Amino acid sequence: MKYNPNPPSVVKEMLHTIGLNSLDELFSDIKAEVKVPKGLNLPEGMGEMELRRRMKDLANRNVNTEDHPCFLGAGAYDHYIPAALEQLLLRSEFYTAYTPYQPEMSQGILQSIFEYQTMICKLTGMDVSNASMYDGGSALAEACNLACTSSKGRKKVIVSDTVHPEYLDILKAYSLSGSMEVVLVPGQEGSADIDAMIQTVDDQTACAVIQQPNFYGILEDAEALEKAVHENKGMFIMAVEPVSLALLKSPAEWGADIAVGEGQPLGNSLSLGGPYLGFFAARKALMRKIPGRIVGQTSDLDGKRAYVLTLQAREQHIRREKAGSNICSNEALCALAASMYLTFVGEKGLKDIASRCHRLALYAQQQLERAGMELKYKQPYFKEFAIKVDDPAAANRKLLENGIIGGYELNDALMLAFTEKRTKEEIDQLTTVLGGK
Amino acid sequence: MSKLIFEKHVPDSNPFTLPPLAIPAVKPDSIPQQFLREQKIALPEVSEVEAVRHFTELSTRAYGVDSGFYPLGSCTMKYNPKINEWAARLPGLAGLHPYQAEDTIQGALQIYYEMQEMLAEITGMDGFSLQPAAGAHGEMVGVMTIKAYHHNRQDYQRTKMMVPDSAHGTNPATANMVGFDVIEVKSNHRGLVDLDDLRAKMNDQVAGLMLTNPNTLGLFEEEIQEIAAIVHEGGGLLYYDGANLNGIIGIARPGDMGFDVLHVNLHKTFGTPHGAGGPGSGPVGVKSKLLDFLPKPVVIKKDDAYGFDYDMPLSIGKVKNFYGNFGVMVKAYVYIKALGAEGIKEICEHAVLNANYLRHQLRDDYNIPLDRLCKHEFVANSKKQADQNGISTMDIAKRLIDYGYHPPTVYFPLIVSEAIMIEPTETESKERLDDFVQAMRSIAREAAEEPELVINAPHNAAIRRVDEVTAARKPVVKWEAP
Repeated sequence: MKYNPNPPSVVKEMLHTIGLNSLDELFSDIKAEVKVPKGLNLPEGMGEMELRRRMKDLANRNVNTEDHPCFLGAGAYDHYIPAALEQLLLRSEFYTAYTPYQPEMSQGILQSIFEYQTMICKLTGMDVSNASMYDGGSALAEACNLACTSSKGRKKVIVSDTVHPEYLDILKAYSLSGSMEVVLVPGQEGSADIDAMIQTVDDQTACAVIQQPNFYGILEDAEALEKAVHENKGMFIMAVEPVSLALLKSPAEWGADIAVGEGQPLGNSLSLGGPYLGFFAARKALMRKIPGRIVGQTSDLDGKRAYVLTLQAREQHIRREKAGSNICSNEALCALAASMYLTFVGEKGLKDIASRCHRLALYAQQQLERAGMELKYKQPYFKEFAIKVDDPAAANRKLLENGIIGGYELNDALMLAFTEKRTKEEIDQLTTVLGGK
Repeated sequence: MSKLIFEKHVPDSNPFTLPPLAIPAVKPDSIPQQFLREQKIALPEVSEVEAVRHFTELSTRAYGVDSGFYPLGSCTMKYNPKINEWAARLPGLAGLHPYQAEDTIQGALQIYYEMQEMLAEITGMDGFSLQPAAGAHGEMVGVMTIKAYHHNRQDYQRTKMMVPDSAHGTNPATANMVGFDVIEVKSNHRGLVDLDDLRAKMNDQVAGLMLTNPNTLGLFEEEIQEIAAIVHEGGGLLYYDGANLNGIIGIARPGDMGFDVLHVNLHKTFGTPHGAGGPGSGPVGVKSKLLDFLPKPVVIKKDDAYGFDYDMPLSIGKVKNFYGNFGVMVKAYVYIKALGAEGIKEICEHAVLNANYLRHQLRDDYNIPLDRLCKHEFVANSKKQADQNGISTMDIAKRLIDYGYHPPTVYFPLIVSEAIMIEPTETESKERLDDFVQAMRSIAREAAEEPELVINAPHNAAIRRVDEVTAARKPVVKWEAP
């Protein structure tokens, strides 16, 4: 296949116009020693029909969540995606556009981001949201970085190890900058050790971090930690799951200064881990410090309501090495999917979905316990829990033999997640396979 | 005035329902009170048809590559082939959970592995991580590997990173984010790195140089081997910003020029859509001496099976959950497979031809400060128009909107005042380019004869110019119920 439209005769004409005889002459400024001598060692190009066959073949070699019930969660969830959303995302005015730097021809995109920001503020209860970040983990790292760089020398980031282990890996990599010192506080029985975290808080603490629900699906009681970190003039940062916010206390209600999270459950396909979106929302006082793009409302010369990328003095293309973050491209189309999702399910729908997830999880717990199994942790959870099994890998293999994509493997347990897509029959089958020793 | 979705709220109009479920109701205390939400959410309630019309209407006030010509310099707004979109949405690729067992995702891992291999061949590097989600994210990973490399050699004194004055803003921002002090290297009168300045600034406190080649003026750094020698002899490493890879792809490879680490933008060079600001993908390639520091995991092939390798004790860790933007990789994979070796060389040849053709056709009407053979893009400015009637680059950009074009990148690079940076890409036909030239010539004429027309542009857009000052001074960044 080729996507360059000019045939050889036109190429010749264009070369002639600019006074050249061959395409090679366009590269006379590159020394022969650094040129590719014989062409790249890649296979020949393929036509569209061949490509279709190849991609279908590759896709068919995978076990997918559309044909198999999936009980995997651990940070990525198999929620239902409305058909209208999938269709609308293919409007190519959206997906083939660049970042809306030219407001006069990008009002639709700017308005969609403004609506997304508003919805994230509503969900989290926070005052201000950016246009999105790469994902939940990198959004958390940026939040901690912001807490440090805006605190005049404080570097200590106190975080429970009940936060998603990949988020912790990301935090560690970002701390290579030297601006953050991560203090990891071991959890107890699947929950954050709040007392131990509080004892770590001091006048060098930039922030304390809690994930809600935590990596194991458990609800963390963050009240005392929030008080302690605020008494020491540090920030309280929460990583939250967006669907759960229909039922659970919002980050604002917990007193968070910054709320971040993985936005994938809001209308984005699993896609082997990406593209997803990170949401990032904060208190008003941080508006001029938060990373990423922000859309603001203004008016045009005729006084007509209009939207524009704003507060750009924070960003890399203006401030260069003094910018708080280097982010430019974010996950705009995934954010658009998220705001479409919230529109198509609506508030009642989101509450129904959250309640359904919780209800299915409780039912599964009940059935598994009846089959003689035991929860690894006993604390309240939302849509995900760990169930003890002797050999998690073997249990997953057995589930797969029965057409089920099983859970996330801990040492002595499987973490199982329940979305509104799961049915009673699927859970009964899960129980039969896992419980049938 | 276009209503916001919140202004279309009709109580009880949303039809979304879940299927019936025959299991017991939840006990009221299954989630204790202290965890439950009291605050209202207040999402809009809209019927399906009105929601569909809402988003469809928004799309009509947007402009993509499918809408028309998009000569946005340094952004490589090329055509996004439709077969790629189809492939990424196959349930066997879009419906994979990242924690599935390796033996249930062999097809996906093969795509991942082949992408690592193909990108290594195209760029002349020894290994790749596909984890970064965007170009700036890739830059960060690349600069982190440089830091990790020096630290691993017990060399802790290299606290500075060199960046040319023509660099993208992400370069200095990235260096700062990874904890380096930035040293700016000057450009010479030919728009290339000033070798004397580079020599003077290279020392044992400098970790490396971040370089774009072709640079942001669209010019190839002809002395690249000498630049590499200066940096390497000083103990530093050379970073390649892949934003402009379209200008050399298939013709020359950064790995053969002496670069040690680089990122590429799948959403620029490899035809994946920009999505109005992401998702992108910024894979990072390294020479063998940096392989150990790449983010984990990488995908390896063992006895005809593919798997993740987490056994990387010197790895910088992770910068993103899971393995990167897989959906974007699928599209780029189909793109490379479609083009093959010959097709990839041809995209470069045609991209460079189109840029030189436009430069040639516009030189009579617009000032082009460095008017010589360019690669995939070139930089003009509004000097002629400013001298005549005080017309600015912004005025010209806004007037182009009236002619139905997305404006070029403006006011960048910073080393050219009132810059107009034009990158046509290889997917524009001569007719399109000629029409664009006509539009630019008309605007030049208007600037001379009817300057008001240009200064007050756009006239035909959805809105006129916006009040950016008030937007920044009194920010309104979300809708509030009246």
